[in-house]
Amino acid sequence: MRENKIKSDATEGAAKTPPLMDIRNLKVYFPIKSGVLLGRTVGHIKAVDDVSLHINPGETLGLVGESGSGKTTLGRAALRLIEPTDGQVIFDGQELRDLSSQEMRQRRRELGFVFQDPYGSLNPRMTAGNMIGEPLKIHKLHSGKEDRRRQVGDLLETVGLSRSMADRYPHEFSGGQRQRIGVARALAAKPRFLVLDEPVSALDVSIQAQLINLLQDLQEEFNLTYLLIAHDLSVVRHISDRIAVMYLGKLVELSDYKALYDNPLHPYTQALLSAVPLPDRALERSRERIVLKGDIPSPRNPPTGCVFHTRCPIATDECRMTIPTMKEHAPNHYAACIKL
Amino acid sequence: MDALRGDSAPLLDVRNLVTQFVTDEGPVRVVNDVSFQINEGETLGLVGESGCGKSVTALSIMGLVPTPPGEIVSGEIYFQGQDLLRISGEDLRGIRGSQIAMVFQEPMTSLNPVLTIERQLAEPLRMHLGMTRGVAKSRACELLEMVGIPDPEDRLKDYPHRMSGGQRQRIMIAMALSCNPKLLIADEPTTALDVTIQAQVLELMMTLSKEFGTALLIITHNLGVVARFADRVNVMYSGKIREMGPADDIFDSPSHPYTIGLLNAIPRFDQGDRARLQMIKGEIPDPAHRPSGCSFNPRCPWAVDKCSVSEPSLAAVGPDHTSACWEAATVSKAQLPVAP
Repeated sequence: MRENKIKSDATEGAAKTPPLMDIRNLKVYFPIKSGVLLGRTVGHIKAVDDVSLHINPGETLGLVGESGSGKTTLGRAALRLIEPTDGQVIFDGQELRDLSSQEMRQRRRELGFVFQDPYGSLNPRMTAGNMIGEPLKIHKLHSGKEDRRRQVGDLLETVGLSRSMADRYPHEFSGGQRQRIGVARALAAKPRFLVLDEPVSALDVSIQAQLINLLQDLQEEFNLTYLLIAHDLSVVRHISDRIAVMYLGKLVELSDYKALYDNPLHPYTQALLSAVPLPDRALERSRERIVLKGDIPSPRNPPTGCVFHTRCPIATDECRMTIPTMKEHAPNHYAACIKL
Repeated sequence: MDALRGDSAPLLDVRNLVTQFVTDEGPVRVVNDVSFQINEGETLGLVGESGCGKSVTALSIMGLVPTPPGEIVSGEIYFQGQDLLRISGEDLRGIRGSQIAMVFQEPMTSLNPVLTIERQLAEPLRMHLGMTRGVAKSRACELLEMVGIPDPEDRLKDYPHRMSGGQRQRIMIAMALSCNPKLLIADEPTTALDVTIQAQVLELMMTLSKEFGTALLIITHNLGVVARFADRVNVMYSGKIREMGPADDIFDSPSHPYTIGLLNAIPRFDQGDRARLQMIKGEIPDPAHRPSGCSFNPRCPWAVDKCSVSEPSLAAVGPDHTSACWEAATVSKAQLPVAP
């Protein structure tokens, strides 16, 4: 099932097919305002700080990180839902930042977003059908009311709901069903690239599996490319072809999914993996645990040098001074740590 | 009963607890005939998905069920031989906080935002242990140090908003353990926290409760947390305990279709190949409209005719291991996917 995708796991340099989404040196800074009526900019939060990564057609890139890592900001900036401060966002060979707002609106048809919160992300006053049909209206992808209704019905069936549910309101659905509606809406305009922002983390375990399987089926059926943002390392490993790890606005490790779990290089990735309790008693008894000291620093005031040095078990004085860059330590396995 | 070890009476003995909430659709039994014990010093994991009644079970033990709309209809909750449901409010207040303490899910909302950390930490010490202001303050300082808050002396004067989520949860643990309780109930204590902070807080809670000889009731949806920390496990579904036993047995030879379903539904990064997730079909039933017979039967791959008619009760499937399933003998022989 995944053969075609493993082949497309190309490297930065030797890409055979050009990436569908290519993010280069992306920076997203938010001003910190202070003073009377919040007028003066006193500094910046570097939510995403010089991140480069690409996503190949048909692949899933998992983006992992804890709060303040910038993973959600990166996902939004990739779709220009947030304007980047600097850097390039190249989709299918075109720099999205060069597009006028009207051109962007046309291009947006190919880009979709699935939100985390199945409760907050749906309009409580709109029927499921109207919500799913809205992108069809916006992009004029239907030939009249009847056709729209038919397409909405098809979309409902695609995500495992029944056509008759089109007339119901969000409160009549369970969390899992709402998330399916969110997926159907994201698919309505037939996008090629979807940002999935914590798509299953608000769902119960038994419902989570249904959604994960659905997202995988849809990817295969419609040849979709995913950027999957999540904090659950097990979910990310299950779906992703390659995985990027972020910490305080910086990319710290990037590799194919297997290498990241079998041989994590960055001390943060190692700690992150060891922190996840696994549902296996024998394994839990024998596993080595790295418990990080301290809290995640505030992104308002990130540490100098390597942003991870304040919590890193192997940090030295040098780490406080030097900003590490991403280096290829094994084929297609990148990490930003001067101790490697 | 089955959980009695040796000749010592259990610390907590919940018998046939029924707690209902009055809703628009009439009274709903959220906890529907639940019985279990906790022995001194042991850690019991109570696992289940949303709406299964696990949190209401905890609130019932604490005497914190909001009345109305909630109400404990019947049952007994023996704590050190005393039925908590039949003692005066004053006696219960004496036990709550000093003998039984609770840590809630939301570190953001469970501390009082307008009181200093010192006030909140010292209050139970002065109330339950009769300490003077000065003694309570130095004890509060020790407690902060114990849970790893840097500069405890200064932090005592701070208000909760100055603390991070992890720090707040550590303060909650300090507060809960301050009077050296016999039983600590932790309701999703780390769900709101980041992965690396989760690990810190859980390890801290386990170390301290071992040190103090405190029994722990961990309520969670996370099977990994249970595998890592629990001695025994209760699996709840739709108001009832469906399987109960030593943690090793629950994970190595689960004997209820729901437990097996849960274990199969979670993606696991410790397993080499990524097989498609085996999902539990259907939705979690609304407690107001439970299916007849065994309420898991519409989702159960093993269901036979009898299951929709008659409700099974917990029956032994092994030493100290019970399952509420008519087909338990067949189910327990089912194969779980094995880690390579």
